[in-house]
Amino acid sequence: MDKRNININVEYLTRVEGHGNIVINVKEGKLDTCRLDIVEAPRFFEGMLRGRSIFEAQHITSRICGICACGHTLASIQAAEDALGITPTEQTIKLRRLLLHLEMLDSHILHIYLLVAPDLLGVKSFVPLINSHNEVVRRALRMKKTCNDMCDILVGRHVHPISAIVGGFTKLPGQSDLDAMLGMLKRMRTDMDATVELAAKLKFPEFERDTEYVALVNDDGEYPLLIGDIGSTDGVRMNKKDYKRITNEFVVPYSSAKHARLSRESYAVGALARFNLNSEKLHPKAKEVATAVGLKPKCINPYLNTAAQLVESVHCLEDAISIVEDLKNTSLHYDEEIVIGLNEQSNIPVRAGNGVGAVEVPRGILFHNYQTDENGIITNANCVIPTSQNTGNIEYDMMKLVPEILDKGDEEITLAIEMLVRSYDPCISCSTHLLNIRFVNK
Amino acid sequence: MKKPKVGIFDFACCEGCQLQIANIGEDVLDVLGSIDVVEWREVMSEKWGKNLDIAIVEGSITNPHAVKRIQKIRKKAKIVIAYGSCATIGGVNGMKNNFNLDDIRKYVYGDSYRFFPTEMTKAVHQIVKVDYFVNGCPVYIPEFVAVLKAVLQGIPYYVPDYPVCVECKLNENVCMYDRKVTCLGPVTRAGCNAWCINNCNICYGCRGMVSNPNEKGAQDVLAKYKIPMDLILNKMNMYNKCRELG
Repeated sequence: MDKRNININVEYLTRVEGHGNIVINVKEGKLDTCRLDIVEAPRFFEGMLRGRSIFEAQHITSRICGICACGHTLASIQAAEDALGITPTEQTIKLRRLLLHLEMLDSHILHIYLLVAPDLLGVKSFVPLINSHNEVVRRALRMKKTCNDMCDILVGRHVHPISAIVGGFTKLPGQSDLDAMLGMLKRMRTDMDATVELAAKLKFPEFERDTEYVALVNDDGEYPLLIGDIGSTDGVRMNKKDYKRITNEFVVPYSSAKHARLSRESYAVGALARFNLNSEKLHPKAKEVATAVGLKPKCINPYLNTAAQLVESVHCLEDAISIVEDLKNTSLHYDEEIVIGLNEQSNIPVRAGNGVGAVEVPRGILFHNYQTDENGIITNANCVIPTSQNTGNIEYDMMKLVPEILDKGDEEITLAIEMLVRSYDPCISCSTHLLNIRFVNK
Repeated sequence: MKKPKVGIFDFACCEGCQLQIANIGEDVLDVLGSIDVVEWREVMSEKWGKNLDIAIVEGSITNPHAVKRIQKIRKKAKIVIAYGSCATIGGVNGMKNNFNLDDIRKYVYGDSYRFFPTEMTKAVHQIVKVDYFVNGCPVYIPEFVAVLKAVLQGIPYYVPDYPVCVECKLNENVCMYDRKVTCLGPVTRAGCNAWCINNCNICYGCRGMVSNPNEKGAQDVLAKYKIPMDLILNKMNMYNKCRELG
């Protein structure tokens, strides 16, 4: 076994969003190469934003990713409003939190059921599950559809939301819409209970590697997703405006995504990072689920990111119910509906500025940063997405994992590595839009 | 009837149009029941590699590798469906064509820009023959289902060539121009049921331009509301820049 050679080359890793390759080389029993290559065709979003109106930024950057379209929308709006000096109303913040919850739920369900569960159930995709586990597939699709239907009501649609814009919402849900959403959310509880029951039975691989976890943190009682400072399990805390000191990006030649490091050689973002930093702020029902699946902070098994997603799903469902109930009780101010377009009527005062948005999206903390001139035209843009922050950490995980499982067959090693990468729920379609690069020779 | 073998492929895009399929919910099982999906990287590990009856292609073509890949898919597939704005008209990726390509590469990747080759963004039909078009960013699922039905019956599907305004008026929306903002509805192909304007936002032209726009009428509208031409052109170029490549 000492002198073993292994050459694993997974081209176009499946069941992830976007295109990535895994390369592992073991020469005479010694790990030689271990890489996650991001080979997605670069799309140059930050470059394309230059010269466009700050009021178009949300519409354009939503198109970075169809899965986290609402997350990009919210980070983009936050950055634009920061640049313009707009403070959103309390009602707007509530509705945005609700939107983020729906996106989190939708994305986590997609990942848990359609992308991860096939591995744990020993099949290649959800397609064979249509026959073998029909009720499970139906439940997953039903839950996803519910999230989607609620987004239809709230912002017109989930993939590339329509009514969430700089300054607020072009259209607000009516009283009957709120009733409809509340009904859908409450009916979802049954399916969520069944999801928890199913997930509690799934067996995740055992593997641990201590690393630094980074997520939004705050000083109030809320599980921070939309608003907060940047914090880490190594004790870092700083304002979102300083995000560049945190992400510290550098380019590696084999990947169209940049890598990031903070206090150590790499750090991790995502559901597990949020759980590790903020688990005490979760909804009581989510805490119960964490206990039931044996998840407690600080958890350093990256495969359990999926379990953390489950815990967050419960939290988001319950908190979404509270928000809608609150909106129903206080009743909405419909005079806050706004139509802005390209700000043709100068309804919003424009100034030169530099704004940062930092939002927790399903895969981790997302940064948008825009600089604008005095006419509100974007002169510089930067988007740092969760997957590019995680890539370095995934590679360090692989470097520790591969030597530990060298006694297994090639196929088993490949599957273990694929599952590891998949557990981070990488969104490679996003991971191409990066700038301010420091080149580091590997 | 034997179920057609279908492959779903993605190029430069956000993959949101693929996600629209999953967003159909349980009814997607009926759609999937009428076809045999043999390759779909985003959600399946199975790989097919053989001939296909239908290839559904999402995304635009932005580098030499993609050109080769789409040509291979075209050879293997009896029918190619361009799926979503990036595939049908180049979509937002086309905004890149506004810039010198080396400049934009350097802006995003600095000194290491050489690692990231790129070409002018093209729609799928600007490289290979396309049999059906499903426009939209994202696609409008009722239209996708209509196209799929047409494909299965072997009949053509005609994308509406009248403007979004037609559908918008039927929905009794207040005109965005009357709300004092600029909207591309008057020059954009219908078929989305005026999705964005129904939600009180403007049309961004994601479905492509009508083939015979009422230019005089559009100019009158612009003059009436005192909207400069360059503003409207800049808007058109958000989704429709690739039209310049013919």
